[in-house]
Formats: sequence, C-alpha cells, structure tokens
Amino acid sequence: MNSLGTGGVAWHVAMKDLRIEWRGRVVINQVLPFAALVMVAFAFALDSDAVLQRTAGGLVWLATMFSTFLIVQRSYAADVDDGALESLRAAGIDMQGVFLGKSLAVMVELFLLQCVLVLVGFVLYDVQMSLSGWGMLLVTMVGATLGLGFVGVLYGGLIAGAGYRETLLPLLVLPVVAPVLLAATRATESAIGVSGLTIADGWPWVGILFVFAGIFGLGGLLSFDSVVEG
Amino acid sequence: MKDVGFIALTYVVTFGAIIAIVARTLITGSRLSKKIPDQDKPWI
Amino acid sequence: MNSTPRTEPARVGTPATRVFGLLAVLFLGWVVVGGLFITPADAIQGDSVRIMYVHVPTAWVAYLAFIVTAIASAGYLFGKRHSLGFDRVAGASAEVGVLFMALTLMSGSLWGRLTWGTFWQWDPRLTTTAFLFVTYLGYLAVRGLGGTPERRAKRSAILALLAVLEIPLVHFSVLLWRSLHQEASVLSSDGDVKLDDLMLFTLLVGVLGFTALYGWLVSHRQRILTMRDIEEAKGIDLAISERIAEGSVR
Repeated sequence: MNSLGTGGVAWHVAMKDLRIEWRGRVVINQVLPFAALVMVAFAFALDSDAVLQRTAGGLVWLATMFSTFLIVQRSYAADVDDGALESLRAAGIDMQGVFLGKSLAVMVELFLLQCVLVLVGFVLYDVQMSLSGWGMLLVTMVGATLGLGFVGVLYGGLIAGAGYRETLLPLLVLPVVAPVLLAATRATESAIGVSGLTIADGWPWVGILFVFAGIFGLGGLLSFDSVVEG
Repeated sequence: MKDVGFIALTYVVTFGAIIAIVARTLITGSRLSKKIPDQDKPWI
Repeated sequence: MNSTPRTEPARVGTPATRVFGLLAVLFLGWVVVGGLFITPADAIQGDSVRIMYVHVPTAWVAYLAFIVTAIASAGYLFGKRHSLGFDRVAGASAEVGVLFMALTLMSGSLWGRLTWGTFWQWDPRLTTTAFLFVTYLGYLAVRGLGGTPERRAKRSAILALLAVLEIPLVHFSVLLWRSLHQEASVLSSDGDVKLDDLMLFTLLVGVLGFTALYGWLVSHRQRILTMRDIEEAKGIDLAISERIAEGSVR
C-alpha cells in the first residue's frame, strides 16, 4: 500500500467511500428526499411566488448546506465505528491522500445532490435563466462544492470518534461555511439576474468560493494527519 | 437621565455576569484545591 | 509566602492574582460610579454613551481572549514539549472570551437600539463578532468532548488555529456583501463621539479594569483546569487499582 502515492491513496479511498454509499444508497434514498422536502417546506413557509423567485438562490444553498452535514456524518460513520481511520494512519497510509479521497467522495455526492436541488428549485420556484447564467451557476456549484467538501471532511475528522457528532458538526461547520453560503447565494442571484444584478456582479463571489476552497483544502492537507492522530 | 432602563440593564447584566463567574471560579477553585495535594500545584 | 503551607486552607490564588483582583475591583468600581453618575452625558449620544464604558472594554477583552487562545494553541501545537499548560491557558482564555463576547453583543445591541434605532445591523464588524462568538462556543463544546488531556489539547488547538483562517474569510465576505448594498447610511452616527477628559479617563480605567479582571479569571480558571485534569487522572488510577484489587481477591 505504501507504494501508492498521495493520488493513489486518494483514488482508492474515494472509490471505497463511493462504493459504500452506492451499496447503502443513504444519500439517494434519504438525504436527497430530505433536501427536496426542505425546498418544498420553504415554498410553504414563504408562500409567495415573487418572494420565492427572489430567494431561490439562497434556498438552494441552504438546503445544500443542511445536506452537507448529513453527507459528512455518513462519510465518517463507517470509518469511526471500527476505528478504520486510525488503523489507516497506524498502517502508514498517506493521510493527505485519505483527506483528498474522502473530500472527493463527499464532493461527488454533494455535486449530484446540487444538480437535483437546482432542478427542483427551478421547477418549484419558476425561475428563468440565460445561457451564460447557467454557465456561472455551474462554476459556482463547482466552487461551493470544493469548499463545503474540504471543510466538512476536515471538521468531521476532527470530531470523528467523539460523542455528540450529529449535533456538534453543524455547530462547528456552519460558522465556517458562512462565506460559502453568502458567496454562492450572491453568485446564483446574479446568474439568475435577481433585483437588477448582472452576471458581472457574480464573479467576485465566485472568486471568494475558490479562494475559500483553496485555503481550507490547503489547511486540511497540512493538518489532517494531526487531526486523525489519537 | 434619559434611556435609564437600557443603561441600567447593561450595567446590571454585565456586572451580574462578572460577579457570577468570579463566584463560581472561587467556589470551584477552593473545592478542587482541598482535594489536590499542594505539591501537585505548580503555582504554589 | 509558602512558609506556612499547612495552617491556612489550600488556595488557588497567588500574590500576582491578588494584585490583578484588587486592581479589577478598584478600577471597575470607578467605572460603575464614574460611568453612571459622575461623567457628563454626551452632546450627540446623550446618556447612552454610558453604555460605552462597559461595552468597549468588554469587546477589547473578548478579542484579547481569542488572540491569547490562538497564540496559546499555536504554542501547544508547535512547541517542542507540547506543554498542557498552553492548552489550559487557551481553554481558560476561551471560556472568559465567550462570556465577554456575549456581554459585548448584549451591551452593543442595547446601545444600537438607542443610537441607531435598531438592535442589530448587518455591519461587517458586528457580523464577524457574532461569528467569532459562535465559533468559540463550538470550540468550548469540542473541549468538553472528553478523551485524554493530550487528545483534547490537540483537537482544540487545531480548531483554534482553523478559526484564525475562518474569521478573516467571514469578515471579508461580509464586507463585500455589505458594500454591494447601499443601505449603510443608517449608520450616519457610527459611534464617533468627542470625549472630554473625564469620559476618556473612565473609558481607559474601564479597559485597564476589565483587562485586570481577565488576568485574574484566566489564571484562576487555568489552575482549575489543571486541578480537574489531576483529579480525573486520579479517578482513573483509583478505578484501575480497585479493579486490580478485586481481581486479586478472587
């Protein structure tokens, strides 16, 4: 195993996590319906087509954020129960690779979830968008997914193995990903063109998303080894 | 004095909280301190 | 001072902390008396300026506390000996910081209601402060997760350093967010006041007094954390020796 580079470890870990997910189908059968229900609940609570169209961007990202907690929780459930993570470390596996692999798996799941949520949002809330708007939305989704994935896996690893994981993770992660929520919402709003915003207004926010992802990706790479250490 | 309610509330809550945490610190400190032998306390 | 170790009850305080405590009582006594009754009302803000004598010092102490937590966490992680002393200072400082941050937000929103007409503004400084508060609530929750003191120290030190990454990002994104909206003009009076000498003196005494209080609280609470670790280790040792004793009887 040690002959694998960081990239090799990352690939194997990501495939392992995705295979576990594919067999259990928790994200598809539980997280995705939950997120869609949240979108429906927003529609009930706000009860106005005009308000929904104006807030559609933010609602999609709120639902995404709630789902991130569930996905990260799920990603660590199998690793923690039998101490697999610490065994990997004890076996001398490259922990940066594990971090990247777990992040990649979470990101793939998150991205697919977002695709569905965006479609649900556009159908339910009746939003129109130009072609360049779709382009910006796609870039926004990639940037936000990177940031959410890195932060989720990093903080999930920090409290993996401790009690109260389910309640503690949102408390820790929510303040950290606030810039992602803010930036992704503004970028999506300018992609849609809400309240006179144009596509050009969105690019600084997209920039923040990628800077954020870069900083926490780097932070995770540097610290994940100590994070997991017992 | 104008707005006396808001100002009084600020002072009462601030100093009330401070007195509470100081009292708790003193009580917990003396309770624990009796259980721990002095040679384990690096500050003495 | 340690000539009569057995006659007086065991204490947490030392001469240094007594100096801090005495200064805090004296200075904060002046803040209450001077701030509420002796200083004049401000020309623009009126009496609501009196809130500033506790608001500004508590805000200063809250930020100081979190800086100390970050530095002590770095000291634990990067220090050669991984001294638990750093970890306990970080923890004690965060405890005090969370309390003072809560007080700052409370007094700030009351002041804002009087001056701006609203309890809350989505101003970058306020928003960042609120996020700092929530972040350190999470930090304290993680400290309480249990495990060995070393595990706790490492976990919370990493968390404190991640907060150092997080807070500027939050601040910058809120800054950009607010600059895109044009409603910042509500802050026409943003708290700039002309302070006369007595007012400035009271503010300064407040800062010194609250800082002395911070020093007293952190040294005491840091010692309490030390004793708690010792007590817990003792409890574990006791449990182990009891089990061994049980085993040898059978």
